[in-house]
Amino acid sequence: MEFPRIITSGDTAIVVEFEDKIDPEINAKVKAFYEVLKKSNITGVVDIIPTYRSVLIHYNPVMIRYAQMVKKAEELLSQANSIESVGKKIYRIPVCYGGFYGPDLKDVAEHAGMTEEEVIKIHSGRKYLIYMLGFQPGFAYLGGMDERIAMPRLPKPRGKILAGSVGIANKQTGIYPMDSPAGWRLIGCTPARPYDARRRKPILYEAGDYIEFVPIDETEYTKIEMGVEAGNYEVPVIEER
Amino acid sequence: MGICIEKADYYGRHILATIQDHGRYGYQNSGVTVSGVVDRRSAELANVLVDNEISEAVIEFMLMGPAIRFTTAGYIAITGADFTPKINGESVPSYQALAVKEGDLLEFGFARNGVWGYIAFAEKLQIEEVMGSRSTNTRTGIGGFHGRALEEGDCIEFREKTKKLPNLDKRKIESEFFGDKEKTIRVILGLQRDRFTEKGIQTFLNETYSPTSECDRMGYRMEGPVIEHKDGADITSDGISLGAIQVPGNGMPIVMLTDRQTTGGYTKIGTVIGVDVPDFVQSVAGTKIRFQEITVEEAQDLYVAQLERCNKLLQELRGTTWIDKIKMLFRSGKVAKE
Repeated sequence: MEFPRIITSGDTAIVVEFEDKIDPEINAKVKAFYEVLKKSNITGVVDIIPTYRSVLIHYNPVMIRYAQMVKKAEELLSQANSIESVGKKIYRIPVCYGGFYGPDLKDVAEHAGMTEEEVIKIHSGRKYLIYMLGFQPGFAYLGGMDERIAMPRLPKPRGKILAGSVGIANKQTGIYPMDSPAGWRLIGCTPARPYDARRRKPILYEAGDYIEFVPIDETEYTKIEMGVEAGNYEVPVIEER
Repeated sequence: MGICIEKADYYGRHILATIQDHGRYGYQNSGVTVSGVVDRRSAELANVLVDNEISEAVIEFMLMGPAIRFTTAGYIAITGADFTPKINGESVPSYQALAVKEGDLLEFGFARNGVWGYIAFAEKLQIEEVMGSRSTNTRTGIGGFHGRALEEGDCIEFREKTKKLPNLDKRKIESEFFGDKEKTIRVILGLQRDRFTEKGIQTFLNETYSPTSECDRMGYRMEGPVIEHKDGADITSDGISLGAIQVPGNGMPIVMLTDRQTTGGYTKIGTVIGVDVPDFVQSVAGTKIRFQEITVEEAQDLYVAQLERCNKLLQELRGTTWIDKIKMLFRSGKVAKE
């Protein structure tokens, strides 16, 4: 099969497919194409969904027909190919680990055969690529967790957890953006909101950005939480070229 | 002043009645579900009948309708399946603009010949927009009336003062009939058609499939002969569009609708075309559905034609009254000359 390829997804969408696997290099191609597509501001494009390995373009056929849409996508593909690399955006997410905010940290540490401090050090000691957002508003599918702290989901999911909870499920880690039922092992919680409908930009980050977890204590947590409520807290972002 | 929900259950069963417009676009890249009316044509026609923009927020309800008390006079239109609507106990027609008075009670029976019902309000519902839309997504609690289905005692104000609807007597159209026991629904094959065997594709196109009892705003689970995969049903998650037909490992198709999640990891054999989504979603459990292949170009011609019909109807109904015509003649000088 030849990649990238453009396929129809009904009469209001096309998909530009780069591969059928999870791979940071494939995802970088997705990101490059997504950026070019966003900048192009094509009339009639109503929504774009970048994923691990493809980009779905939702369009209105009254404004742009299938053949034209495919032609535009082809043009943009060649433009995206010539982009060397896109800058890296790293969101430094403050997390209060363990205790009330991370009720499963103890179990994860025990499972891994290390101390809670070691788990925190490993979990917060690297940058995670946001492959894509889905499942819930602002839920990030992250790549690259250290397998030493992997642990299966809870046998019975919790009925309701705090928005901002940071969890581990097998080799994955992630942040729950909303209060919801959850089966992941919760190791901490962030007072920063990945999703806040009241914000001008309701979802904090985009596919292709990176997340780094920064350990904070409970005092810091309360301080940031108040800042978030007052609308004057901003998550620190580092930009690397 | 506006409306109050007087009853949100039907013989003890909770009614799924929500506020919906065309949906929440521009945030699917962040995992935000589009939502919006599942039968767009019916909702658009209801809006056209009361002189609204076609994308205005309506009340959508499934199988059973809520009882609504009007606390202000206004104009409404009911479309979709036949819910035998009554105002103050007297039957009233669907697919027609109706004048309601302060204190009137609107009630519905159980759906006949379809699934979904719509009420459009000329005075427009006072619902705050969240991320550019008034649509409700109950799963995430976003939008609409406090992010949930309407309940007894909920009151919603109107955004606009009662106005006189022009050409009230002409504001009626033929109702759409959704009750056929057998239907043909047109599809465009793809995205992962190469993940199905030729036999699997032929089964999908030649046999019939019926909606089960597991149908909601997120999607319709269908049953029928097993659709054969080449090598498993799992893919690396990718985007899902409206009407996409997912086929998980059990070989039974699921048609994804407006409350679908933005991404998913099942193979998709094809997509129901836009103009056939309304007829599809209005199919009651057990309806025999045959999927027929169509090209994307043909589907888009149909899509554009449907929208043009809707716009033409809106213009016709708006029309110009005889007073306007005389004024125009005076302005143009024709009356004076004649």
